[in-house]
Amino acid sequence: MIHYVARRLGAGVLLVITASFVVYLLMLVNSAHIAQTLLGPDATPDLVARKSVELGLDKPGIVQYWNWLSHAVRGDLGNSWNDGESVGFLILNRIPVTLSIAIGTIVVSVAVSLVIGMAAGVRRGVLDRIVQVISVGGLVFPGFWLALVLVVFIAINLGILPATGYTPFTQDPAGWFLSLVLPVFSLALGAVAGLSQQIRSATIATLEKDYIRTLRSRGLPEWLVLLRHVLRNAAPPTLTIVSLNFIGLMSGAVMIEQIFALPGIGSLAVTSTTSGDIPVVMGTVIIAVIIVVLVNIAVDLVNGWLNPKVRLS
Amino acid sequence: MSENLLEINDLVTEFPMRGWGKAPFRALQGINLQLAKGETLGLVGESGSGKTTLGRAVLGLAPVTEGSIIFEGRNLATMTRQQRRQMSDQLQVVFQDPYTSLNPAMSIEEILAEPLRVRGTSRADANTRIAQLLDRVQLPADSGQRLPREFSGGQRQRVAIARALALNPRLIVCDEPVSALDLSTQARILDLFLELQEDTGVAYLFISHDLEVVRHISHRVAVMYRGEIVECGDAAQVTKNPEHPYTRRLLMASPVPNPAEQKKRREERKALSL
Amino acid sequence: MSTISLTKASATMARRGTWHRLLHAPLALTALILLFLIVLATLAAPLLTPYDPNVGILADALATPGPNHWLGADSAGRDIFARLLFGGRVTLGAAALALTVATVVGVLTGLFAGFYGKWFDVFSEWTTSLVMALPTIMLLLAVRAAVGNILWISMVVLGLHLAPGFHRLTRTIVVGVRHELYVDAARVSGLSDVRIVLRHVLAAVRAPIIINAALTAVVAIGVQSGLEFLGLANTQIASWGTMLNEAMVNLYVAPALMLWPGIALGIVNVALILFGNGLRDALEDRPAAQGGKKRTTAAALAAAAAQDSEGERVSALVPDAVLRVEGLRIGYPSADGISTVVHGVDLAVRPGEVLGLVGESGSGKTQTAWSVLDLLPREAMILGGSITIDGQDRAKLPAGRRRALLGNTLAYIPQEPMSNLDPSFTVGQQLTLPLRHTMGMSRGEAKAKALALLERVGIADPERTFNSYPHQISGGMAQRVLIAGAVSCEPKVLVADEPTTALDVTVQAEVLDLLRSLQQERGMAILLVTHNFGVVADICDRVAVMQHGRIVETGDVAEIFAAPQHPYTRMLLGSLLHEREPRTRLVDSEQPLEASV
Repeated sequence: MIHYVARRLGAGVLLVITASFVVYLLMLVNSAHIAQTLLGPDATPDLVARKSVELGLDKPGIVQYWNWLSHAVRGDLGNSWNDGESVGFLILNRIPVTLSIAIGTIVVSVAVSLVIGMAAGVRRGVLDRIVQVISVGGLVFPGFWLALVLVVFIAINLGILPATGYTPFTQDPAGWFLSLVLPVFSLALGAVAGLSQQIRSATIATLEKDYIRTLRSRGLPEWLVLLRHVLRNAAPPTLTIVSLNFIGLMSGAVMIEQIFALPGIGSLAVTSTTSGDIPVVMGTVIIAVIIVVLVNIAVDLVNGWLNPKVRLS
Repeated sequence: MSENLLEINDLVTEFPMRGWGKAPFRALQGINLQLAKGETLGLVGESGSGKTTLGRAVLGLAPVTEGSIIFEGRNLATMTRQQRRQMSDQLQVVFQDPYTSLNPAMSIEEILAEPLRVRGTSRADANTRIAQLLDRVQLPADSGQRLPREFSGGQRQRVAIARALALNPRLIVCDEPVSALDLSTQARILDLFLELQEDTGVAYLFISHDLEVVRHISHRVAVMYRGEIVECGDAAQVTKNPEHPYTRRLLMASPVPNPAEQKKRREERKALSL
Repeated sequence: MSTISLTKASATMARRGTWHRLLHAPLALTALILLFLIVLATLAAPLLTPYDPNVGILADALATPGPNHWLGADSAGRDIFARLLFGGRVTLGAAALALTVATVVGVLTGLFAGFYGKWFDVFSEWTTSLVMALPTIMLLLAVRAAVGNILWISMVVLGLHLAPGFHRLTRTIVVGVRHELYVDAARVSGLSDVRIVLRHVLAAVRAPIIINAALTAVVAIGVQSGLEFLGLANTQIASWGTMLNEAMVNLYVAPALMLWPGIALGIVNVALILFGNGLRDALEDRPAAQGGKKRTTAAALAAAAAQDSEGERVSALVPDAVLRVEGLRIGYPSADGISTVVHGVDLAVRPGEVLGLVGESGSGKTQTAWSVLDLLPREAMILGGSITIDGQDRAKLPAGRRRALLGNTLAYIPQEPMSNLDPSFTVGQQLTLPLRHTMGMSRGEAKAKALALLERVGIADPERTFNSYPHQISGGMAQRVLIAGAVSCEPKVLVADEPTTALDVTVQAEVLDLLRSLQQERGMAILLVTHNFGVVADICDRVAVMQHGRIVETGDVAEIFAAPQHPYTRMLLGSLLHEREPRTRLVDSEQPLEASV
């Protein structure tokens, strides 16, 4: 197991470094464009060239990347080209917002999907049809469109919940909760669609296993078979889907933060993209990748622990 | 049975194990076997004995780590893939599971045409040959257009046998060809194997876990245990009066379909193990 | 069964390829036609509307739907219908580009990785997890920041980002196909790798790829319109995403603006999803009989009652039976109503007796055993008959009591040892749970009893096996564990379904010895399902021979072997190899060949 954990962690670190390398090179494909965006369309080529030198964009990509990486591993993600603020500080301020949305969505969608997915897998019939319809329905409209509808109906027309804005937890826990309801709900809809379907299939697949028949033949009551044996064996495929969902959630958060005017990492990424603030874009992408990799590692470890073949090796 | 069709000398097969520095798994250990033209050699053993691996090594589907496999004077072990492909008209196979050995998406005709078309047989000649083959394995002439799933296990095995026969091979490796079949179907397929051998003089390397099946179909029998051949000889002799303790154990453990006889055998086995 | 009886139905059954099946899946076909019409409409946009999608008439700003502007106009006075049609070109075209890149890259690398494996497989797996760890929108933002506002570059990157889905799918299928025996057979037939890929592998991959493409298209459309919605695209060109962006800007003024592009996206997505799901269902080829289950049951029960089996009841012959099955009929829903697999089976097992239930595959012997245990698959229907266990008619028991009969009255030994142990729990956990629940033992008592049982079934180191997971023990040991579990709650009747079929002969002999001694020691009755006459001769007292869902002959084991009465029993015994002259014909040429399915 220790070997397994070490290998997963090592792979995660390598993954983050490779991803940052790829993104860095991708951004440096067109360095003239970067300086041009910063200076505006009226800047002369001479000015653009000077700006490029000033920002170090004239150096080979690998040298620039090394400079960035050697600072990044020490926690220094550079400074914004727009206002000179530390990128690390900018991101640190915004992480709680994005994590609140992401974790809230995961908790809500897992809880809801677990109940309706397992119920559909066990009972089939009408309940099963409902899950099927939800799973198609949740994919039909993009999450950001659903969010717009929610803003119009619930926040603007009915005035029940705040339409936009974020209240920090430390300032007002109730306000924090209310400001999260709509964003989490609009993200969770899509997540539940996929996840409940997955839990349903995992439940059905497990119920069809030979050992379930044998366990029943020992006279165990059905609830015990379901809660102990079916749930346990359906967990690993479900967790894998949750970790994949999390990646999609980081994308979804970008859209949702924009709609609900939440000051998270996603909205930071959008504003810095339009203004060509490369260090900030780079920082947000890397933080997102690190979060995704950490979640993946956590899920891998839990799955490894759940699987006796891995745990005992 | 003067001249050897197949000669296996000191064959060793190893499979690499996952993970760095792990010793490879040795599935076959110093195998020596001869098979004459038109002969049936039965290969019997329990799961994990290496009998399937030996068959696959002869077919080129398992690696040869050491030793040689001489077929008609040519060493199969050192051939290139290209040369191996040329051997397909000499050396054929019938697998155990008639459900997975036929591509479910292909019609019987397409399955039977495959080896013929590879050899450049014209479409018309192939069709004539397919009609002959279907007749040969006693399948209805209109089977060609149908899909494998429309046939029972025994019929599918007939299709697999027809495919093996398509190119008139000298040797067919039969890997447990009757163990997935029902008793009455097994009897018919065994009859078919015998009849085909009489008519075409094909040799069989007949792999099975069932001592009775091997006794019935083979001229000679080799017994495998943990990657080695522990006993090899005349079929009746090996399967009735084995010399090696393992073969004796195998024989004693096989239940006889006769209550009185089985009771006797059971007591003999208990006496043997004491 | 007089000749090869390939039924007319199967003879006329046409070969059904993917496309043929699609045409017979109405939902998928409708969705496909809808998609086609939408694409056609966007291409024919200039013919369908007189308006320029990107030029507004200020006087018409925010016009409501009417004869001039069918769907109204936006804040700049641009016709919404025209913008929908022309915008569809951009949205669908961009998504199509991303989808094409994803499919081509994913499928080709997946084919190669799956078929050749080795270093390329390792490399591509790594690349795949790398690409998948990048959040889509973040990646596209980075691309946008670097190269500017160029739609096709974003879409190519999106395509590369979506490629892993196709790669993994293709690779998994190819690896599966590569290990199929029919691919081995093709190799032996002399096919080159290229031909094997073309003939065998591509055919298997095609349909799943199409299904995945439909679902990936939904994702691509969502991401593409999402980018435009964020205002990161050229807002001068109409597309569904820019229309939504415009709606967001005017959210408080004209909330209806988000309606039309949303509906357009919704319709395309519904069509894509239904197409994918419809194709998947058509390929899985399931009989759609679930809904009709209740309706058909009544009719089937009536029919079953009408033709309830004639002749003497076994109850008369075996008055003291501990297990009695009378007139048992089992059916499954099929395309045309119900297909009955067991037609009125009568069985009786006396206390302490071993009854062999013999038959070939499809004879209904396992179905009979499962119905005795009340553990038939959920689709199965008991159409008639009764099962009496230890004097209690099970049908008359309340549901809770029925399950309680299992374990301490009736127990089960399955065929396949490994798949019948839960891989996530130790042997000990699986043995003690029923003891604690059914017998009400404490944790300590249950453990002591489980260890004693493991020792009794001949396991050398009970403590160690108790703490082992199923993957750590051999098949023969696993079967001993299952036997220990079956007898743990002191059952009166043991139902053993081919308990030695999956074992090697030497292990089989030991397991049969174990069963015999346990049976004698505890006076249990055993219903032993098997196809092996050697096993019957070894352990059974009486035999029931089953064919096509009926018992054709029942009798004492010695009598059946010595003087079989029914022609089917004679045929089965005649197929045995024992005492036959080697290398001679087994079957008279007069006898019919095996029938088809």
